[in-house]
Amino acid sequence: LAERSNLAGVRHILLVLSGKGGVGKSTISTELALALRSAGKRVGILDVDLCGPSIPRMLRVQDSAVHQCDSGWVPVFVGQDKAIALMSIGFLLERPDDAVVWRGPKKNALIKQFVTDVAWGDLDFLIVDTPPGTSDEHISTVEALRPYQLLGAILVTTPQ
Amino acid sequence: ECPGTGSAQAGRAAACQGCPNQGLCAAGAAGPDPAEAAELRARLRAVRHTVLVLSGKGGVGKSTFSALLAHGLAADETKQVALLDIDICGPSIPKIMGLEGEQVHQSGSGWSPVYVEENLGVMSVGFLLSSPDDAVIWRGPKKNGLIKQFLRDVDWGEVDYLIVDTPPGTSDEHLSIVQYLSATHIDGAVIVTTPQEVSLQDVRKEINFCRKVKLPIIGVVENMSGFVCPKCKNESQIFPPTTGGAEKMCQNLNVSLLGKVPLDPQIGKSCDRGQSFLAEAPESPATLSYRNIIQRIQEYCEQQHFKEEKIM
Repeated sequence: LAERSNLAGVRHILLVLSGKGGVGKSTISTELALALRSAGKRVGILDVDLCGPSIPRMLRVQDSAVHQCDSGWVPVFVGQDKAIALMSIGFLLERPDDAVVWRGPKKNALIKQFVTDVAWGDLDFLIVDTPPGTSDEHISTVEALRPYQLLGAILVTTPQ
Repeated sequence: ECPGTGSAQAGRAAACQGCPNQGLCAAGAAGPDPAEAAELRARLRAVRHTVLVLSGKGGVGKSTFSALLAHGLAADETKQVALLDIDICGPSIPKIMGLEGEQVHQSGSGWSPVYVEENLGVMSVGFLLSSPDDAVIWRGPKKNGLIKQFLRDVDWGEVDYLIVDTPPGTSDEHLSIVQYLSATHIDGAVIVTTPQEVSLQDVRKEINFCRKVKLPIIGVVENMSGFVCPKCKNESQIFPPTTGGAEKMCQNLNVSLLGKVPLDPQIGKSCDRGQSFLAEAPESPATLSYRNIIQRIQEYCEQQHFKEEKIM
């Protein structure tokens, strides 16, 4: 019996990218998720910024822990009605000030896990927040998501 | 507990069993081997002071600060300054230094830095791209290779100050530069932040990274710290320090706050145009802040040198 992929119930996957740091990717990802939720959609956020995970604090869940179920990691549910599913490496850190000082290969392994091992359930939109740059995290995320409904990317910038 | 990808136990400790990275760590894809270390030592022997500009957070002004630090130090014509940009994916230094479109030349003694002034040389992956819009989509190991080349193959000559601008994060580039520069001596790191907690939480990680790799911290710079309207002179906090800003963080973590730099739209303009903000807006409060911070960094470096000479 083939296992139903954890992403099989996700209708659209949106990547939020920039290249440049500090332009508001995480902020936009968060606001987009909240706005879609307000419009009645089922929404999830995947934070693949391993070195600087900002989303948990933005949604006031920086002290949450995650656990596993039979199908994988259980996301943390956030937002006013606790209906937005969030997974971030921020949740796996013992201390929030711990630096994740990993080289590419280790980051790639974790991203693959994040992408395929989170029990998202049925979502209309999965928003994937990325770190600045065009490197390991980005390559691995796109590779891992390719078999699924990758809607496209939103690029964030500032004017200068 | 992961022993750390750069440690001697990498891949070999009991905790490594089952880690997807074990093979790579055990294969020693960590720092330079002794022969390489010797090469780097030889090349960097004539560098007196090295300062790393770090953050953890993106977009806080590392490259802006690195460029102005370089300009500030090079104002003394008797000092030779080198600016190395190891942000491989987003190299900002060529544009900020007004060197877009410049190419790197090779000579018998290695790659030539691109000179802004006689005493200010710059190196960046930006100079190696055929177009500024070319994306450098490289995984870690390839980035590390280029960083090593920058240190080994660039003919910097005799340098009083080597400033290294880094990308955001705590990853390959940061591990590599610390490992490769262990062949020489790093005076310390300047850590740049903005006042809000979302930045500080990344910067605390960077401070922990420095402590983990035993990199001395010269101090923290709080950028975008308030905005004074040129018309009404009212001050606004564009990025409110909801948790006490860099000042509180520095107190809590026992690091120096080198200074606070206010927002000035002229800074962004000067960077876009490749001009030195310090030269274009000498009267700006931001210029005053930058100059004070640069002086403190200089004093820190000179003191270290003095201490070492005493020991010798």
